[in-house]
Amino acid sequence: MKSKKLSIPYIIWMLVFTMIPIVMIGITAFKDSHGNFSLEPFMKAFGYTGVFLKSLWIALLSTLICLVLAYPLAYLLTRMKKSSQNTIQMLLMIPMWMNFLLRIYAWMILLQKNGPLDTALSLLGIHGTYIGNTGAVVLGMVYEYLPFMVLPIFTVMSKIDGGLIEAAQDLGSNGFAVLRKVIFPLSIPGVISGITMVFVPSASTFLVSQYLGGTDDIMIGDVIDKIFWTDQSTGSAISLILMILIFVFLVLMNLFGDEEAIA
Amino acid sequence: MKKILSIMLCAALTGTTVFALAGCSGGGEKKQDKGEVNIYNWTDYVSRGEYDLMDVIDEFEKETGIKVNYTTYETNEEMYNMLKQSNSSYDVICPSEYMVSKLIRENMLLELNYDNIPNYANLSERFKKLSCDPDSKYTVCYDWGVTAMVYNTKMVKNKPTDWDALWDESLKGNILMFNNSRDAMAVAMQQLGINPATCTKEDVDKATEKLKEQKPLVKKYVMDQVFNEMQNNQSALAAYYAGDIAMMMEENEDLDYCLPASGSNLFYDAMCIPTSSKNKENAEAFINFMQKPEIAAENFKYLRYGTPNQKAIELLDKEYTENELSFPSDEYLDKCYVFSDIDDEVYAYMQEKFVEVQAN
Amino acid sequence: MQKKKLSVVSKIYIALILIFLYAPIAVMIIMSFNKGNTMAWKGFSLKWYGELFQNNVLMGALANTLIIAVLASLLATVLGTAAAIGINNFRGKTRAVLQNVSNIPIISPDIVMGVSLMLLFSFLGVIFHFEMGFFTVLLSHVCFCVPLVVLNVMPRLRRMDPSLYDAALDLGCNQWQAFYKVVIHELMPGIVSGMLISFTYSLDDFVITHFTQGAKFNNLSTEIYSLLRRKIPPTINALSALLFLAIIIIMVLINVYERRAEKRAAKLK
Repeated sequence: MKSKKLSIPYIIWMLVFTMIPIVMIGITAFKDSHGNFSLEPFMKAFGYTGVFLKSLWIALLSTLICLVLAYPLAYLLTRMKKSSQNTIQMLLMIPMWMNFLLRIYAWMILLQKNGPLDTALSLLGIHGTYIGNTGAVVLGMVYEYLPFMVLPIFTVMSKIDGGLIEAAQDLGSNGFAVLRKVIFPLSIPGVISGITMVFVPSASTFLVSQYLGGTDDIMIGDVIDKIFWTDQSTGSAISLILMILIFVFLVLMNLFGDEEAIA
Repeated sequence: MKKILSIMLCAALTGTTVFALAGCSGGGEKKQDKGEVNIYNWTDYVSRGEYDLMDVIDEFEKETGIKVNYTTYETNEEMYNMLKQSNSSYDVICPSEYMVSKLIRENMLLELNYDNIPNYANLSERFKKLSCDPDSKYTVCYDWGVTAMVYNTKMVKNKPTDWDALWDESLKGNILMFNNSRDAMAVAMQQLGINPATCTKEDVDKATEKLKEQKPLVKKYVMDQVFNEMQNNQSALAAYYAGDIAMMMEENEDLDYCLPASGSNLFYDAMCIPTSSKNKENAEAFINFMQKPEIAAENFKYLRYGTPNQKAIELLDKEYTENELSFPSDEYLDKCYVFSDIDDEVYAYMQEKFVEVQAN
Repeated sequence: MQKKKLSVVSKIYIALILIFLYAPIAVMIIMSFNKGNTMAWKGFSLKWYGELFQNNVLMGALANTLIIAVLASLLATVLGTAAAIGINNFRGKTRAVLQNVSNIPIISPDIVMGVSLMLLFSFLGVIFHFEMGFFTVLLSHVCFCVPLVVLNVMPRLRRMDPSLYDAALDLGCNQWQAFYKVVIHELMPGIVSGMLISFTYSLDDFVITHFTQGAKFNNLSTEIYSLLRRKIPPTINALSALLFLAIIIIMVLINVYERRAEKRAAKLK
């Protein structure tokens, strides 16, 4: 039980399957097509700055919309009976267990021209295109990741001491003031982890934009996928940059989260 | 990150529940005496029992007792990269002519033993000595065709006649373009009066500009998703392979086709055996089987690309053989160019530039 | 917090979110009964379900998915549990480093992990002459499953009273018995939930498999991916409908089981 030896297989495992692959990406990113040291892959990677920005923008929008939708829902959940809480939580999770690609495909059907949504809105006299634009990509992301926002916020909120809220009410706070002054500050850690859990995967995802977006909505994940099969060096350079961006984001979120938790 | 959440969720929801996984059979592969054959082919290139046609793979297994491992690719490039990078061994592949040249040049193909492929005699003469394999050592032509355009008559007012329709402002957001560098670049080059078969890096640059100009009009860069888009009236106009267009038109009567007046790309796909093959004889048996007249006819009905198999054509109804999408006239073919061999550097440059078009 | 009845507005809000979540799935299920093979409704039919079951390729991919998920979660559980116990015995910086490295696969984007493993396997493949396929996918799945197990077992380890093990030894257990009967028993809930999460992650994975599958191996996700790139066959709707049904059944079973367990627990009190 006191033995450290038990971790040896895993330490070797991590070395082979975590550290070496990352080092390999690092090495590949500095090679040109003849295998010599070169900064060319990074020069090429910076050619995709626009795609990086677009991906971050889509991820940001998706995260914000998720937050706006999820926060009230999480709050309402805390005010339910235990049994309805369980039911709603389960209902939130079931779509997540469907295959990722099938969920995106489902939206393709729903949003397409003369599809169910288009037909329904046409009856109301509204005509438009609902697929092949940034909006559809953001919608797809929100759909994919909404539960990741709701559940951590809910978990944190449901742990808030009921006594605090009663105390605030006894001291004359109305419902809104309680929400603003007690519940919101205390729920910040949940919000932070929700933001991380939505932002990171949506910034690095691929395929969603290929299926729901237009020609301008290509994301960095798609570029890596397209490029990696023919040009591993540039693919590695882009992956490396993406990874660094994500780590910076995580560190920032962590700092922010800790401070808030103390305050 | 998604994962961390699920941990919380799962822990909360399932607690200590364990559900046993029943009925997971699998694992034990039935080894048959005749061995196996690894086929790496284009997606949807042989009839697998849909549309009430024969499942030719099943039929092959039944007849020969050879087990088929069937996998697919969507572009020549994908196939090439997989051959190079995954250390995979395949027995039969089906590259297009320019890829055949490349593979021959890089010593990646085995010479065929045509004695094991007696049905090779069923091919008409003009498909026996392809320009990419002039001495007929490595290939058995599987199909051929041209690129063309398909449009929805309810959405396109002026009947398109040439590739310039793909740059038509009035169709903005309703155009589908090839999602592979070679075909997309070739279309742009034809627009610019460049012969794609002999293009240089400068030509690629010009084509890149032309494609960037087109990009705002394009709804999507697609390959076989084009079926879904056109059959369900999602898009107005698309460039694609003529045989596939014949197929789409059967599903949706609002569709019509256009063989571009300035000509198009004539391609051949041929079955070959890569050097990584470990079952050469089975591979030859498979290639031979595919050229049986009734099998080739069945595959034709499924695929609609021209078949080089003369005996199979004799088995087909007139409605098939007189369709110029499957069998364009000789006069039209005279206007077409063939990619026989593209310089490696130009080719790599093309791929790189095409990603750039899509990304910026 | 006080539980009041929710206002009508709140109920509508929740209902709208649920509609948002289920509308696409509902559409797919409806389309799975469509006779025609395009989007236009041509009448009710079960033929796509028939075709689905005859589709050896999809069924094979499903079997692959299940085999990989079972093996990967089992391997990861053994490796991860041992690792958690071992790491827990380190102190200070070493332990922090080990834990952070262990978490890398979880926090790095899936696509980066997929790409890096592909580099590794194609490099090793050239040296040792193997091709990517079942084993590389299995190894990759173990890679992202182990950290999940470690994360689940760790909190249990922290909460465990270390003297329990010594007590067992004092009471006459040998080391192995003490380890098995006391330690593993204590950690069981963490181990099980780690295994379950690994299992579901392996089932759902697309990205990592996509990069490490080679050309001959497909799991359900990658098979669906290649279907979506083609003339999308309507069988895919039937497949979704059946998967949805399976998920619902599993969820209901889990819930029933938990309710019973709760009741039993309540009775004991």
